[in-house]
Amino acid sequence: MIGLIPADFAWRSGDTWTVVVGALAAAACALPGNFLVLRRLSLMGDAISHAVLPGLAAAFLISGSLGGVEMLIGAAVVGVLTAALTQWLHSVARVEESAALGVVFSVLFALGLVLIRQADSIDLDPDCVLYGQIETAVLRTTEIGGWQVPEAALTLMGVLMVNVLVIALLFKELRLAAFDPALAAALGFRPLLLHYALMTLVAMTTVAAFESVGSILVIAMLIVPAAAARLLTDRLLPMLLLSGLIAVIGAAGGHLLAIVAPGWFGYPGVSTSTAGMICVAVGLQFGLALLIAPRHGLIVRSLRRANLRARILREDILGVLYRVEESGREISAAVLRSLVRAAVGSGPLATRLALAGLKRRGMVRGAEGRIRLTEPGSVAARSVVRAHRLWEVYLSERLGLRPDHVHGTAERLEHLAAPGIREVLAGDVGEPARDPHGTEIPRGE
Amino acid sequence: MNGRAAGVRGLALLAAGYRIPLQPGRLLQRVALIAILLMALPTAHAQTGLGASGESLLSRYADVLLLRDYNTRVVVTGVSLLGAACGVVGTFTLLRKRALLADALSHAMLPGIGIAFLVMAGMGGSGKWLPGLLAGAASSGVVSVLVILGIVRSTRIREDAALGIVLSVFFGFGAAVLGVVQRSGSGSAAGLNAFIYGKTAAMLWSDAVLIGVTAVLVTAVCVAMFRDFQMLCFDSGYARTLGRPTALLDVLLMGLVVTVTVVGLQAVGLILVIALLVIPAAAARFWSERLPVIVTAAAAIGATSGFIGAAVSAVHPRLPAGALIVLVGGAMFGISMLLGPARGVLRAAVRHWGLARRVARQHLLRAVHELHEQGSAVPSTPRSAGGSGGAPLAALRRLRSWGAGQPGRALHAAQREGLLELQREPRGVLVRLTPAGRAAAERIVRNHRLWELYLISHADIAPSHVDRDADMVEHVLDPGMIAELEARLTAEGAAPPAESGALPPSPHPLPATGGPR
Repeated sequence: MIGLIPADFAWRSGDTWTVVVGALAAAACALPGNFLVLRRLSLMGDAISHAVLPGLAAAFLISGSLGGVEMLIGAAVVGVLTAALTQWLHSVARVEESAALGVVFSVLFALGLVLIRQADSIDLDPDCVLYGQIETAVLRTTEIGGWQVPEAALTLMGVLMVNVLVIALLFKELRLAAFDPALAAALGFRPLLLHYALMTLVAMTTVAAFESVGSILVIAMLIVPAAAARLLTDRLLPMLLLSGLIAVIGAAGGHLLAIVAPGWFGYPGVSTSTAGMICVAVGLQFGLALLIAPRHGLIVRSLRRANLRARILREDILGVLYRVEESGREISAAVLRSLVRAAVGSGPLATRLALAGLKRRGMVRGAEGRIRLTEPGSVAARSVVRAHRLWEVYLSERLGLRPDHVHGTAERLEHLAAPGIREVLAGDVGEPARDPHGTEIPRGE
Repeated sequence: MNGRAAGVRGLALLAAGYRIPLQPGRLLQRVALIAILLMALPTAHAQTGLGASGESLLSRYADVLLLRDYNTRVVVTGVSLLGAACGVVGTFTLLRKRALLADALSHAMLPGIGIAFLVMAGMGGSGKWLPGLLAGAASSGVVSVLVILGIVRSTRIREDAALGIVLSVFFGFGAAVLGVVQRSGSGSAAGLNAFIYGKTAAMLWSDAVLIGVTAVLVTAVCVAMFRDFQMLCFDSGYARTLGRPTALLDVLLMGLVVTVTVVGLQAVGLILVIALLVIPAAAARFWSERLPVIVTAAAAIGATSGFIGAAVSAVHPRLPAGALIVLVGGAMFGISMLLGPARGVLRAAVRHWGLARRVARQHLLRAVHELHEQGSAVPSTPRSAGGSGGAPLAALRRLRSWGAGQPGRALHAAQREGLLELQREPRGVLVRLTPAGRAAAERIVRNHRLWELYLISHADIAPSHVDRDADMVEHVLDPGMIAELEARLTAEGAAPPAESGALPPSPHPLPATGGPR
């Protein structure tokens, strides 16, 4: 870790406030973002965060300052209008949904840019619209009980409280609408009303967070923590809490990265945009969740697939060895491996590993040059071969496939391990003695 | 130029176009007319609003619009070609439902630009070498698309969330990289902002040539691959069974999108380049249902947006060109949405209104006929004078549960068309069918009852429930279907044969009118 943190690193109270403001903004966005992600409305959040721009610019042109309750109300109106306009374009004018979003938000954003250029002010220039100005937002403070607290922190605290309150009050309704909109409608929960309430919440949160993280980066706060939480859990309440946690970690980590990361790439003493790095930090957490999530992570899923593949290969080896012994021959481990590879097309290493696994499980034992099934191995192998031949009978007799076409399908079906399925199958084809190729079917235990 | 006269002529042609089957030539004519109209607007504004001081503004507009100034000519031509190319490519991505992939793609180009700058500056170059910056943009754009596809394919995260994640995280990373560029003092980074907002006014001859040549090449590829792209967009499964390399075609299409996006960055900036890809294509969709026409219209709309937007920003350098181009495109989208002859809102409203009128008239005729059948029609004129009975309007209203205002317009329309005659009597207004009206009414009653009988005998619906259902279907039954219904019901003995001319009786009691008998 030495060298990661520069020697002249110093943490000031301004840094703490930056993290606090960033964390409040990120958490306030992340909560309603969960419902956007669940209802596949992520891009609506995108559209609304673009669309509030002309509203903000107009409010700024009229009032001459940023912030204030009027701006929040104006943004709520614009947000609902955006949602309604997109919906109208989709349902009445029959524009494809994503294209409707694209048209609405790009036109509104362009309008906002033109208006901002008219305002021609230091407080509201295109750059602060895109990236926000968290560093200067922290400097505008107000005194509360002897403390100098940034105004942005107070606003965002208020919005966070409102979000928590609304979600707590409407938890049941929002949950139902997120997972089963049809049932929600049938139960009379007014999904349309909920939809627009959610859009209002998103628009207000977007505007409040906009000053700190900028219009584009708000989207990261809305969507990324929620998507990461979605990978980590299947339940709504843990998902909400996790997304909040990810957002807060992202804010702290992002500010830290903004200070130290440029040094890693040969730019010592340079700090960069905190808002941008907060996005990177939540993005990294999403990537991490993608890899290590307990049920939906890539690592767990590839392990699960590898396990399944290994079990199937072991069963195939048992089957091959059983057939060899059935014909009364004796073979060496090397011959067995080449037979298996020819039969099921497995790779050399996988075959070797699977055979070793069988030995470890005591299914096969091998003296030099000669490999045999053990007693339990023989039981397992007989069960696999029996399943294979029963499936062949079933496929040819019940489904009318030609006997020379059933082997490949039976090869895959024999590994079906649902409890009792082989007994039911045997009962269904009437305990035949021989398979369609005329080979004897081993008796069950 | 006489803008107003051209406008009136354009509107007249547009209105005429509603009734004429679409042809590409006509469509182009209309699009061109709209373009002229739009161009006439600022001119008219300058004429009326600004007076003496407006003279210079007017002449500047004229200079720009007539491409007198060499520099403007270059820029405006380049941007118009770009608009056309984006319209063509955008049509295919829109139909392939990948419209917003390009949005993520363009946002994700920011870190590539920043990193390319840092690398080139670090190697001792100026950092602003354009091909290097564009290569950086393209490569981070391609990486973003791969990440999106990877997330969608391998996790439970849906496409919308994947787009949002990649868009915002890449953009945030880009903001951080640009922060480093700006604060490290490694040369001036002012030029990089041009990629975010576009810089039409400051565009160089070489930039414009690059844009123009790329746009022409991209359009040429689209034209050459037209059949394949068409199949890919409308039925990719069919294309696959025909052995077309759909995956390769998708890659090619994405490659074209990356290409136009990269060169479009300079004109409109990376936030708004999506507008050039989506808006012309979505607007052109209103003009036709045929792909060649849509592509042509999208190219025309894109070129016009680029032309007007770049021209206006050349006159008003303080207005951001990219935003202006998008706003012009948005205006053309609005016009197309209203007036488009294929899917336009106005056209749909006209159609809907026509249908509603026909339904109202058919209901009216059937009601009059049913009153006659019930015998509640009152003889008004002697039957020897050729009059059948007249039905009191009050009884009609009770029969159909009409309010006092109804069926006002339908009544007068039917009267004008010679289907009904109205007669004022002391007892109230009497409605009487003319022979033409009687024939029409019998046809409608027949449709209604055939459908009712069909519902009763084949759909097992209770006779008391079929009236409403038949009410909705009777207006849209075509003659072939009527003939089939008739044949089937006659064979079963449920309806009198068609040749007899007799109407089948109503399978349910007609609503009581309670009127005078």
